[in-house]
Amino acid sequence: MLHRLRFVPGRIVQAIPVAIGVTILVFLMSHLLPGNPAVALLGDRATPDRVAALSKHLGLDKPLWLQYLIFLGNLLRGSLGESLSYQQPVSGLVLHAVPVTLSLLLFALVLSLLISVPLAGLAATRPGGARDLAARTFTLLGQGMPQFWVGIMLILLLAVKVRAFPVGGYGDTAADHLYYLFLPALTLAIAMCPTIIRSLRASTIQVLGSDYIGTARSKGIAGAQLFRTHVLRNAAIPTVSIIGVNLGYLVGGSLVIEKVFAVPGLGSLMVNAIFARDFPIIQAVALFVALFVVVVGILTDIVYTLLDPRVDLAAAQGAAS
Amino acid sequence: MSTPTAVLVGFKARRRASRRRSLKPWYRNGTLMAGIVIVALLVLVALCAPLLTPYSPIAQHLEDALQAPSAAHWLGTDKYGRDVLTRLLWSTRVDLRIGFLAVFIPFVVGSVLGGLAGYFGGWLDLIVMRIVDVFFAFPFYIMVIVLVFVLGSGEASIYLAIAAVSWVSYAKIIRGEVLVAKQQDYVVAARLGGVPHATILLRHIGPNVLSQAIIYAMSDIVMDIMAIVTLGYLGLGIAPPTAEWGSMILDGQEFITTQWEQATIPGLAVVVTSLGLSLLGDGLSDLLSPDRRK
Repeated sequence: MLHRLRFVPGRIVQAIPVAIGVTILVFLMSHLLPGNPAVALLGDRATPDRVAALSKHLGLDKPLWLQYLIFLGNLLRGSLGESLSYQQPVSGLVLHAVPVTLSLLLFALVLSLLISVPLAGLAATRPGGARDLAARTFTLLGQGMPQFWVGIMLILLLAVKVRAFPVGGYGDTAADHLYYLFLPALTLAIAMCPTIIRSLRASTIQVLGSDYIGTARSKGIAGAQLFRTHVLRNAAIPTVSIIGVNLGYLVGGSLVIEKVFAVPGLGSLMVNAIFARDFPIIQAVALFVALFVVVVGILTDIVYTLLDPRVDLAAAQGAAS
Repeated sequence: MSTPTAVLVGFKARRRASRRRSLKPWYRNGTLMAGIVIVALLVLVALCAPLLTPYSPIAQHLEDALQAPSAAHWLGTDKYGRDVLTRLLWSTRVDLRIGFLAVFIPFVVGSVLGGLAGYFGGWLDLIVMRIVDVFFAFPFYIMVIVLVFVLGSGEASIYLAIAAVSWVSYAKIIRGEVLVAKQQDYVVAARLGGVPHATILLRHIGPNVLSQAIIYAMSDIVMDIMAIVTLGYLGLGIAPPTAEWGSMILDGQEFITTQWEQATIPGLAVVVTSLGLSLLGDGLSDLLSPDRRK
């Protein structure tokens, strides 16, 4: 098992240029802001003294590449600058919000699998049938709904009309968190499901047509047992990489959804920062999320390898080079 | 191993699904026709918006604020006394226009870069694809929101932000298609015959690979409309008082307990629009890639 994971160090090395590219892009964003970046970063608090001090700190009088190195140095020391609206280090604010967003994402992932796996299975058993059509309609509509609007509709139905869930917030205890995060997680799951269902449906149809399923059937295995023991793991393999790729999309959506449900995660931090024109926070969240996506990419490859004994990414790397 | 985006995957799954459908003339393709009808109706609404209702989408009549639906105001009025139906219809102009126009720059830039990278390979391919990887690390919404924030809200910023984000998908699609196409006999023959690279790319490979980008563009328009609506909802989109679905939902959310239709209906308009475009994309994929069917 472990020897198939020997691709991991190489994969991490491969991710380094991408991570560096991400920091360059985020660094350049502050230079796209109109005017002096120091003025933009200080916002309302910009006095000539402060602008001069921050300019010196950021090295704005130095060439661009040197400024980037200073930015990178600050970053490696964990310094992402100071928030304008909260007047405290951005890194602390971000680290405080990260667990909230991560639990929301995880919850959404679990819910989307709970919805997608049975639906995809039902759709795949009779392609073109009524259940398949229903699943297809769901995916078409699910894709076409703005996520934040789905959130508002869930609030309307399940929090305003039927008072089953809170309108928003996060609660205090772990049980509270689950209760408060249910609607936002469901919103994200609805956005995630169409892609998972489509991929899982296609791969399930393919698996169901294969010889070993015929063998299993001839041995008298059928229905849910067949699905659980023979179909799911094989059909899940392509879906895993799709989920990995989609996590990035899910993170993007979760930021807006957090705002809708007033969940105090990265998204609320960022959206409030937009209203407060607090650029250091926006920059930090963008950087964090992008690096998170890079890490998820690596994790996806690991899960993918563990799930499918035929995949050997180390051998693939060797063959390519 | 780099992996494609959410949309690309969906798009490939759709392509796989299309293999199972039978070959029919385009007008007998139900999916395509449904898409064409919905999109044509929406374009018609956008063009005729001023003729369809007697009200102005922006003039305020505070004495008529927050009325329930009535014969005079079919969908009621908003907090400034503006007719909701009128604003809904006028939004079609803004959201559709930006959605459609926003596709052009990334389509051209991405296709050219992806085509060159795939065709010439080597260091050009390496550089382009590494840049693609970097951009792919930023989730679509984050990048668009941050860029619009940095560039300042407004239509021009939206075009720029969307272009900066979406070109990578076109680059990936076209590169992949070109990698396959350049191995084909007709390209090898043209090369051996001494046809210049530019001619091979534009006249031989181009027409054969572009259809995939065109099909993808349909779902890209949907993504763009979602982005515009989301930006509007976050107050970063088109400046008020211009009618736009996202800002209408934002305004309506305030009155969700008393007038639920104000936040609901603009969202439904988005759903219908995306449905039309998705059907159009599915239909086009049937029509434009018949060779992919078995």
